[in-house]
Amino acid sequence: MQKLQLLQNQFNPTSDDIFSHIVQAPPDPIFGIANAYKADTSNTKIDLGVGAYRTDEEKPYVFEIIKKLEKEIVNDPTLNKEYLPIEGLADFNKGCQKLMFGQNSPLIASGQIVTAQCLGGTGALRVGFEFVKRHIPGDVYVSKPTWSNHNQVIERAGLNQFEYPYYEPKTKGFNCAGTIECLSQARMGSIVLLHVCAHNPTGVDPTEAEWLQIADVCKRRRLVPFFDCAYQGFASGCIEKDVFAVRKFAELGFQMIVAQSFSKNMGLYNERVGAVHIVTSNKDISARVLSNLKIVIRTICSNPPAIGARIAAKILTDEKYFNAWVEELKTVTGRIIKMRTLLKQELDNLKVPGNWDHITKQTGFFTFTGLTPEQCDLLTKQYHVYLLRSGRMSMAGITSKNVRYLAESIKAVVQNK
Amino acid sequence: MQCLRTLRYFSVWSQVPMGPADPILGVAAQFKADPSTQKVNLSIGAYRDNEGKPVVLESVKRAEQIIKEKKLDNEYLPVEGLQSFIDASIKLGYGDAYYAQNGKSIAGCQVLSGTGAVRLGFEFAKKFLPQGTKVYMPNPTWPNHHNIARMAGLEILEYRYFDPKTRGVDFSGLVEDLSKAQNGSVILFHACAHNPTGCDLTTAQWTKLLDLSKQKNFLPFFDMAYQGFTSGDVNKDAEAVRLFTNQGVPIVLGQSFAKNMGLYGQRTGCLSFVCANQSEKDKVVSQLKLLARPLWSSPPLHGARVADIILNTPELNQLWLSEVKMMADRIQYMRVSLANTLKNLGSPHDWSHISKQIGMFAFTGVGPDHVKELIAKYHIYLLSSGRISIAGLNEGNVKYVAEAFHDVTKNTKL
Repeated sequence: MQKLQLLQNQFNPTSDDIFSHIVQAPPDPIFGIANAYKADTSNTKIDLGVGAYRTDEEKPYVFEIIKKLEKEIVNDPTLNKEYLPIEGLADFNKGCQKLMFGQNSPLIASGQIVTAQCLGGTGALRVGFEFVKRHIPGDVYVSKPTWSNHNQVIERAGLNQFEYPYYEPKTKGFNCAGTIECLSQARMGSIVLLHVCAHNPTGVDPTEAEWLQIADVCKRRRLVPFFDCAYQGFASGCIEKDVFAVRKFAELGFQMIVAQSFSKNMGLYNERVGAVHIVTSNKDISARVLSNLKIVIRTICSNPPAIGARIAAKILTDEKYFNAWVEELKTVTGRIIKMRTLLKQELDNLKVPGNWDHITKQTGFFTFTGLTPEQCDLLTKQYHVYLLRSGRMSMAGITSKNVRYLAESIKAVVQNK
Repeated sequence: MQCLRTLRYFSVWSQVPMGPADPILGVAAQFKADPSTQKVNLSIGAYRDNEGKPVVLESVKRAEQIIKEKKLDNEYLPVEGLQSFIDASIKLGYGDAYYAQNGKSIAGCQVLSGTGAVRLGFEFAKKFLPQGTKVYMPNPTWPNHHNIARMAGLEILEYRYFDPKTRGVDFSGLVEDLSKAQNGSVILFHACAHNPTGCDLTTAQWTKLLDLSKQKNFLPFFDMAYQGFTSGDVNKDAEAVRLFTNQGVPIVLGQSFAKNMGLYGQRTGCLSFVCANQSEKDKVVSQLKLLARPLWSSPPLHGARVADIILNTPELNQLWLSEVKMMADRIQYMRVSLANTLKNLGSPHDWSHISKQIGMFAFTGVGPDHVKELIAKYHIYLLSSGRISIAGLNEGNVKYVAEAFHDVTKNTKL
């Protein structure tokens, strides 16, 4: 009977019926929290939800160098609003390669890196995975846990996904043995999604030695590394150190994919500035890969937005702008590191039960606090502290003024019977 | 270490074939690479002024000044984009009266220009329309429509549109094909300035299609990339869209601001769905967001801010409308100029279709061989379909182009 009903729906829809079956989609786990925070009228509210940097005054921050370059670009009479090429702004792409792989990477000179400008990190991931689906379809292994949108992107690209046990709740650290074991069982040719640094949501990164172990299993199983780099500069505070994994894998001869975002490290969130890189074994293959990347991009946006890439390109290709940016970035990341230290101090001073070492051990924007979903709900409902139910807290939302209240709230929910 | 060495010889990507060059952007790249000083670019649909230069509209410049003065931040837009832009865009497309009455039930989402509107719209259709729903596209259409539909996993069928004999619309063929189409199909319509043919339907013809759509419960998907740019009047250009909506037929509308605001590289567009009521609209928006998040997370802000300010600031809106009219008028003038110049050169062919067609493009009637010769001998770049972008013509090059066309076609059939 149901089948008949379905058949009838297939061939005789009435115009009233077209969308009546559509149900409300669940709110985005991350943006949904930002909306709830906005609607909250409490004056003690704290936004530790979305990974967007805030100053010590809880304000969004526009990099001074960005402001300066934006002005220059808007006032430049030689620039127009014409379409960029499908693969984006050439200077931007070259600059991205140097930042990711190193100024003097031999891969750049040999034409082994194919780069296309994309719509932020999400855009780079989607283009990368659509490319994978079309040309090297395989299972995708993602860390457990990972950024929620990873799962959606991979699903929409039509690929199967499996998890590798990345986070060890007992140690609040990286589960190296578990990860290696899982990947050792992966089918040859599978794709492994790896966070380059400042793992989202846990803040836990492999050590250099552990990266070598990951490289080893990838080689043994011929796994294709797909690196997601959204926080270069935010992990250790040093832009070179933060991309150790990518550069090491490149040095070891891996062919791989890298998604690069400038949303956070240049504060260009809303202009959607990113790039996808595919490392090949020679420039003839590079040409073929590029032609197919362009086909994917053509059907999503035709060509990418110009203004953010122009700003980023200036920074990436001009030494004095680059240095100015690096300095500002150090200040920004320095503040986050300071907040980690402050929060840990407050938690220790208040003698909050539990071990809070991970607050300062973890890196980047986020901390996986270890709070349970119920504790998180209570933090939000009772104390107006907004974070993800996974326990992920954006450290960028902590300030010298709210850190004590935050620590007190954490104490309250941890001790709550 | 042995393992490391063997990896260098194993290529992950070795099976990747060379992908075909994009038929449109590929030609533009060829043009760029051509060193000839006489070269003329008639390939890409981007407006040029009478000096052959790209134009940044005055209304856009002023809007950007306002943005600069406001010193705004760069925070993420919500997944659906800038709401005031979405509202203004919908108002522009559907008309003030309809918007006032029904605005609350129109589900809108900011997207990456026209391409993004079609991609998101097709992904939504694939996910929520009954399995087996087909998409009908005019023959010919913008090639990217096919590419996007394929990526979205939709089955494409074509309806007759262009009649090469009359160089106009084959309306009886169109009606025949759509009459045979499956009920409930998605029908892609170009709202105005059909790309690539420049042949639009009359009001009477649209009315016939409206009746057919009602009969067969079609879901019309209007791709509107040239509102204002076609006749010079934004309301006239949206007549087809409004004919359907005023009769209560739910439609999907894709709007691009690439051409009519000259925001090409800013990727500014809007996708909207007419829903039964506000509650349904909320659900549709929520589902659009679910699809947009894994495509681009949130759309780029700059162009939407510019469009928003223009549409919502009366003096700027007026200025913009006059600028759009100016662009449309110049294009119309060049159409007539090209047709007349060819006539005056004594061409054996009837070129009146060039002045009869409308919008950015003309389907000249020249074939792939003519095109090859035009490119190789005259450095005039157009598509092998014979499509030219009239915007690439100006008083400085129209004679040269007419002479070239005359030369390659005078002894051949068209």
